Amino acid sequence: MDEMLAKKLRILADAAKYDASCSSSGAPKRSAAKGELGSTTGAGICHAYTPDGRCISLLKILLTNYCLFDCAYCVNRRSSNVQRAKFSVEEVVTLTVEFYKRNYIEGLFLSSGIIKSPDHTMELLTRVAKSLRRDHGFRGYIHLKSIPEASPWLIEEAGLYADRLSINVELPTEASLERLAPEKDGAVIQHAIAQIGERITQAKAEKRRFSPAGQSTQVIVGADATTDEALIRKSALLYGSYNLKRVYYSAFSPIPDGSSILPLKSPPLQREHRLYQGDWLLRYYAFTPDDVADATEDGMLSLDIDPKLAWALKHRARFPVDVNAADREMLLRVPGLGARAVDKIIRARRHTRLRLDDVARLTSALKRARPFLIAADYHPAGGLTDRLDLRARLADPPQQLSLF
Amino acid sequence: MGAPTPAPPASAGAGARSGALEAVYLSPGADIDSFRAAARRLAGRGVPPERVLWSVGEAPGLFGMEPPAPADDAPLNLPRGVAAIVARVVLHSDSERYALLYDLIWRVLQGERRLLEVSSDPLVHRLERMAKAIARDLHKMHAFLRFRRVEGSDPERFVAWFEPDHHILGAAAPFFVGRFRSLHWTILTPEASASWDGDTLTFGPPGRREDAPAQDGFEAGWRDYYESTFNPARTNLTAMRAEMPKKYWRNMPETAAIPGLVRQAAARTGAMIEREPQMPVKRNPARAVAAMADQAPDSLDALNAIIKRSEPLVPGATQAVLGEGPLGASIAFVGEQPGDQEDRQGRPFVGPAGQLLSRAMEEAGIARGEAYLTNAVKHFKFEERGKRRIHQKPTAGEVSHYRWWLDRELDFVAPRLVVALGATAVLALTGKQIPITRARGPADFEKPYAGFITVHPSYLLRLPDEAKAQAYADFVADLRRVHELGLSLAA
Repeated sequence: MDEMLAKKLRILADAAKYDASCSSSGAPKRSAAKGELGSTTGAGICHAYTPDGRCISLLKILLTNYCLFDCAYCVNRRSSNVQRAKFSVEEVVTLTVEFYKRNYIEGLFLSSGIIKSPDHTMELLTRVAKSLRRDHGFRGYIHLKSIPEASPWLIEEAGLYADRLSINVELPTEASLERLAPEKDGAVIQHAIAQIGERITQAKAEKRRFSPAGQSTQVIVGADATTDEALIRKSALLYGSYNLKRVYYSAFSPIPDGSSILPLKSPPLQREHRLYQGDWLLRYYAFTPDDVADATEDGMLSLDIDPKLAWALKHRARFPVDVNAADREMLLRVPGLGARAVDKIIRARRHTRLRLDDVARLTSALKRARPFLIAADYHPAGGLTDRLDLRARLADPPQQLSLF
Repeated sequence: MGAPTPAPPASAGAGARSGALEAVYLSPGADIDSFRAAARRLAGRGVPPERVLWSVGEAPGLFGMEPPAPADDAPLNLPRGVAAIVARVVLHSDSERYALLYDLIWRVLQGERRLLEVSSDPLVHRLERMAKAIARDLHKMHAFLRFRRVEGSDPERFVAWFEPDHHILGAAAPFFVGRFRSLHWTILTPEASASWDGDTLTFGPPGRREDAPAQDGFEAGWRDYYESTFNPARTNLTAMRAEMPKKYWRNMPETAAIPGLVRQAAARTGAMIEREPQMPVKRNPARAVAAMADQAPDSLDALNAIIKRSEPLVPGATQAVLGEGPLGASIAFVGEQPGDQEDRQGRPFVGPAGQLLSRAMEEAGIARGEAYLTNAVKHFKFEERGKRRIHQKPTAGEVSHYRWWLDRELDFVAPRLVVALGATAVLALTGKQIPITRARGPADFEKPYAGFITVHPSYLLRLPDEAKAQAYADFVADLRRVHELGLSLAA
């Protein structure tokens, strides 16, 4: 690999890393026919982990970090003094194919700063995807970050080549967008997300290929004053009305050349973690947005206990729950019981009466679950309402939330 | 047929239970064939697990072993899930695996048919954990294996060295075939090797690390990528190690960067936070920013240029077929999509249906040259059958792909009246599926122009002869109304 290309790669990977998403999931399983390269697995594969614990699944780069927009939270905003670079379409294609052949990656996640115009930029992104599919028989994963300001027909074309399209909401409220991302417009973003969502739904019904792994988005956490409750409600709307596959929460992170209107501090990683947990409750645990809101204090999720436990502590009267009798929905509300554990409980109890030891083999978090359940040989002593210290006993030990 | 008549397991008496130990010898690795044969023989004779001693032989490897004697005992009648977990757990390196699996089979045959559903049972729990360990080992092999290109090879040949925890090479290889079918590659492990020559997968003797190339031209670039994509402000070593345990590191070139990244992380983050915001060194590109707003096509020609160079959004099509007619035409006709002739000539309504439309327009008093003619979908969607290109109706989703263009096109033409020819045109103009027979006549498309719905001329071509004349007369009558409407709107 020549030094010029390596240098561009360093700049444009660094510039892309603030996007939290790197997943290669959701695409229908497929594999290479003769003369083709690549496959997808459904769940996706993480090919490496960096010391921030994050997965490298895709080659996540920008086509260019030159940008005409001036979003305060973004390292690539036009007023930032970072070093700039631009890949050619062919360079991105080469890097993707060569990395892929060595089993470094599942595919490509391509995004870009806006150069010349949104349309021009979007056309370049699509050309990369098209060249990979057409010229290289590439069957691996392609995620294109779409540009909401681009003309709508460009999105129609991009969806034919990409496995996933995404458009970042970035900031959850119109007011924050206006203040921090002056070139962006919430209505335009919403429109483009709706367009993609509608097309994905249609294509699925018609068994055609259009962004088959669905649509995702990212919201930045901690750059404005939006509460967790507002974020979760926004996500519920995106999942419900726009059929999104994933909402990513990205703790606002210090960037090399920070803006004066957004003072930098350590990223609120624990808050981000709790938001993901709240998000999971929506998607896999049949919690409504109201339920998750109910687990907050003044709109914020606790940092020391997970949102499911917080909800349970507020609704002690509904516990303990009998693992041998309760319905699935109620078992899912028991802190420490994951969706998989609940399914195993329901399957096993058709054949046996579960004792506490049995439950211990089905979940790895019995300590948290124990005060909230009844087993054949076990009933939590004293009743929950008496245990005023329950929260303290179950909370995570106070941890060093700062970095080092 | 040397097998003794098996006693039904349930009635296996004290004699069988208290007999001497039965020793079973299996090959090293995942010897599923011998295990299956032994399980059939033992279970068939009612030998309980506590009387079986499973030992894995000292043979040097998978290869050079005698194939197991053909099993002539009756297959065991087991639920499908049991066979699946057996196939997984035999890959495990735990020497107890065969004994545990025979335990499971025995209990299932003794009447616990749904035992596998009881994940809380200690045996099931343990087997599930072993199966999970196999799944993880496979997953990590698919993830962390790194190929290096054999220098100068043509066709390109790639070699990888990998050290799995369990006997999974055979189970892991098909993934690499499905992914790297067009490449030639070899995977070396301490237990065996697997090779793909673009056509056939073969297994061979154990490999050595030094049999793989010592380097690869893209590894430095990959390490650069690994370093650059790391965010020092989010350092979390526990999470990294949980997913990528250290034992894998020595075969992953990028991990050499980890110590340096970790060492510098704190300083890098601190420096970012403490650094005062800098003034931009470049001047504000105000004109370029303002110019962004002008990207929308400002004329029909500009729009047509975009349509022409775009990819077809339906399968088939050799070229885009653009609308035709004067800007400011008072009537615009919207059809479904170009057909075979239109696709060849690159002009709308020139095939049989188009000719019929021209005739009917003339009879109705509409000059074709003064009207604007276009299609909802700009490309011919077809399926090749022999030499014939068979028209395929565009789906609702495909019509949506093209709606933006049709809307802009009609904005530029600015007709007073738009005639939807057939259901696809109606869908494109209104976004709704409306049956033509019921909606035929003047219509409100909720657009700045008036609307009219009638059939597509190709519909007339498909009718049986006896119905054609009447249908054609109705169509001409519709066009006469269109003509009058056009005139009255102009007045």
